[in-house]
Amino acid sequence: MKAFVCVKQVPDTSGKVAVNDNGTLDRASMATITNPDDLAAVEAALKLKDECGCEVIVVSMGPPPAESMLRECLAMGADSAVLISGREFGGSDTFATSQIIAGGLSNLGIGEEDVIFCGRQAIDGDTAQVGPQIAEKLNLPQVTYAAEIHKQGKTLKVRRLLEDGYMTIEVQTPCLITCVKELNQPRYMTVSGILHCYEKPYQVLDYDALKDEPLIDPSTIGLKGSPTNIFRSFTPPQKGAGRMLTGSGEQMVSELVTNLAKKHII
Amino acid sequence: MILSKEHELMRKNFRNFAETEFTKEIQDELDETGEFNWEIWNKMAKYGFAGTKIPVEYGGQGGDTLSYVLMNEEFARVCPVLAIYANTPNSLGGGPLLACGTEEQLQKYLTPAAQGKKHIVFALTEPGAGSDPGSMTTKAVQDGEYFVLNGRKCFISGAPFADYAIVYARTDLQSKGPKGISMFIVDMKLPGVSCGKPEHKMGINGYPTSDIILEDVRVHQSDLLGPLHKGYAVAMKTLDGGRIGVAAQSLGCAQGALEESIAYAKERKQFGKPISYNQGISFMLADMATEIEAARTLLYTTAQAKDAGDPNASMLCSMAKYYCSEMANRVCAKAVQIHGGYGYIKEYKVERFYRDARIMTLYEGTSQVQQIVISRSLLK
Amino acid sequence: MAFDSSKIEEFSDIWVFCEQRDGAIMGTDIELISEGRKLADERGARLIGLLLGGKGIGEKAHELGGYGADKIIVVEDERLEVYNTDAYTKVICDIIMDKKPEVFLVGASNIGRDLGPRVAARLHTGLCADCTHLDIAMEPYTDFLREASTIDVDHVTFDMSDTNMKMTRPAFGGHLMATIICPRFRPCMATVRPGVLKKAPFDETKAKAVEVERVAAVLNDSDIRTKVLEVVKESRKMVDLIGAEVIVSVGNGISKDPKKGIALAEELAKALGNGVVGASRAVTDAGWLTADHQVGQTGKTVRPKIYVALGISGAIQHKAGMQDSEMIIAVNTNEDAPIFEVADYGLVGDLFEIVPLMIEDISKL
Repeated sequence: MKAFVCVKQVPDTSGKVAVNDNGTLDRASMATITNPDDLAAVEAALKLKDECGCEVIVVSMGPPPAESMLRECLAMGADSAVLISGREFGGSDTFATSQIIAGGLSNLGIGEEDVIFCGRQAIDGDTAQVGPQIAEKLNLPQVTYAAEIHKQGKTLKVRRLLEDGYMTIEVQTPCLITCVKELNQPRYMTVSGILHCYEKPYQVLDYDALKDEPLIDPSTIGLKGSPTNIFRSFTPPQKGAGRMLTGSGEQMVSELVTNLAKKHII
Repeated sequence: MILSKEHELMRKNFRNFAETEFTKEIQDELDETGEFNWEIWNKMAKYGFAGTKIPVEYGGQGGDTLSYVLMNEEFARVCPVLAIYANTPNSLGGGPLLACGTEEQLQKYLTPAAQGKKHIVFALTEPGAGSDPGSMTTKAVQDGEYFVLNGRKCFISGAPFADYAIVYARTDLQSKGPKGISMFIVDMKLPGVSCGKPEHKMGINGYPTSDIILEDVRVHQSDLLGPLHKGYAVAMKTLDGGRIGVAAQSLGCAQGALEESIAYAKERKQFGKPISYNQGISFMLADMATEIEAARTLLYTTAQAKDAGDPNASMLCSMAKYYCSEMANRVCAKAVQIHGGYGYIKEYKVERFYRDARIMTLYEGTSQVQQIVISRSLLK
Repeated sequence: MAFDSSKIEEFSDIWVFCEQRDGAIMGTDIELISEGRKLADERGARLIGLLLGGKGIGEKAHELGGYGADKIIVVEDERLEVYNTDAYTKVICDIIMDKKPEVFLVGASNIGRDLGPRVAARLHTGLCADCTHLDIAMEPYTDFLREASTIDVDHVTFDMSDTNMKMTRPAFGGHLMATIICPRFRPCMATVRPGVLKKAPFDETKAKAVEVERVAAVLNDSDIRTKVLEVVKESRKMVDLIGAEVIVSVGNGISKDPKKGIALAEELAKALGNGVVGASRAVTDAGWLTADHQVGQTGKTVRPKIYVALGISGAIQHKAGMQDSEMIIAVNTNEDAPIFEVADYGLVGDLFEIVPLMIEDISKL
């Protein structure tokens, strides 16, 4: 049995964010991290490996520097890594991205007992679309927002989060699960894991390697194959600053409350 | 030094672990109670940090000295006392076993220590034998298959919760000085072994230190470590490893104090502007950072020299320990100075860094002992 | 296949997926129908709701009509009573392939975000996730840019005849906004963030006038590959940030005594009038409050009448979730905290000292 994990290297939006003059993100100047929800997916797969000894394969689509992230996943305990990378894939929206990753996964071969884990969403786009769209393109059942996973043979029992509670869903393998970061606490790397992570199997799948896959068609991948386009991107204006109150705590509070009362806000 | 990809990743991983797990609550509790924190220890053990530098065949991770240095540095950058936690089995605890343990001893004692299941401590110092361990008075007298140990060891870090201690004792009662000393692996549960009350320390609280008292303790001859009468040389060699650990701890402590100071200097305003705008402050920061970087280069080079079997490695270990620990004290003093009165208040991290740094020029050989080692090596 | 999403001229009308749970219409559906009305008017098209559920769900059609829907397509089937990805995707795609709407809107709930991408992938069309603003006509769009962007709209040339739906959403944690279009395929799909669109007033006449069309689900058991074993409503009451008029949020500033900080926030929220307590990500990450309290890009977007930020520095990801509040009051010890950039009133000081004073002064009124 194999557990595939789809991971994405993203700019760390919690830190300093640099924006180019033309309103796009200056990715080059920003630190990158492994998308947090994806780390939960890696941990879910590694837990499965701890329980039943399955093979864990991490898969990413991105430019060559994404290798560093994949090596980290290997240092955490994944067995092998695959980077889907090529100029032909650039500019893909979620539809085209899932088309390419699904093509890559079917190239790797999905078995009867296999599970594909994805993070719920990436912090750079926050779309939560790639997971379900991979599932659709591979014609697999999906369970999103997984907060608890139990596997028994070919059956997975998943607790799926709703805003006001949860559902327990039973699904058969092969299937795709998207994980939320509340699912688990991702493990750290071990020293020996780090020492050997550059020796573990690592392969790059480029366009040539995948072009015979039915899903990989120039009309459905890359910028040209993307149904959605950016019409315009812009920075929101800063709301004008209000008044800074001065004086002692008592004075500030009394001025505030008087003003709110005057404006009939309270 | 430009680190390899693997070493960069180690730093990132150790830093992530320390920043995530060494919470303010845990650090405050360690400092207030002085008690060992088992929860954080178990987490370190889970990831193999207790065996970073120990070979894989003995339950360790098989890392090199630089990996071990990076661990101590990154842990100490957040909390110096927690650097000691993972350090002990890799250095003073495991060192003598690795140096001369039999296969059986290694499997029995080193493996569980590397996996964090058992604690081994290093018991050399005595009330009357500190910098001069040759004058130790703890004795071991052979009685058939057993040695009978009597004496008192002091300032033994980790003694109150240890499972085993590597105890140094005089076996050749005729010899004087460093000759005629042997090493024993003493099970702390043996009859006649007891610990003194944990000491009240200035800093590195949270890793209890106490005396070990040995009264007619019968240790089986299979627990004699290394050849009879020849333990002292092993002690000295182990201390090299320990010294590089203290150097790394010092470096991390200084780095932590610097980062706190930079943040404070940018945030704290006096006379209508951040205090970092004053050269009196900014130049202190420049000095601190420069010294730290110089120390880091010395330390990393030493780590590589040690693994490469460089004949000067022992001297370099002393140099690194001497320079890094003195440097940490200078840096932490400046850090407190930059913080002004707040630096004297426990709520601010530099107060603790300052106290923690103080031990670093003292334990595992004072700065003066390092000067002796260095100068002897130069003049031999 | 007869259906071809690239023949865009064959598609018309604005559709809204109306999500129900336990037979009740979700709040976001009302927002979507209200917004859909505006879009349909801009396009000169009909607004049609798509309502799937168990027996009797059709009775809810009039409620949706009251907020502006011209027609509701109802699919009643016991296999649709509880949401199921496979069943819903199949039924919805069948109907869309048959009737060809130009626009299909879905609420960005945990269910909508499961369904939307799956449907879009099957239909081979574009989907923009988690939108916060929608336009079809160019005029309202440029008006929107004037308000919500730093673009100098009057000195930019736009193609004013563009009739693609313009879907605007925050990206990169709210640092950027992007307007997305889907020019080559139909339906143009969007999931829309709950709480950001305004609800229209209910109109009894329209409710009565709404047209209802019933469609039968074509489902085989083999179409459904997952089994819902149970649906559990958490007994713990989730905090309703989106509907609240007063929100008092706490940030890392409560770290020295989180319990007391939260208690003070609760008390202040009560004093200001039936308010609720929100939190920054630092607070929910630390576990001092549960994730449902989180305001911000990765939490909830709120626009209450009064928003009080206590000890919140105001990282852009937090501001993205609250800066449209009508009145923002910020208390922070750091006078340079970015939160003050969006605050109507800023108080520099320790929340543990300031808040008790606020509670006292308000209670005197």
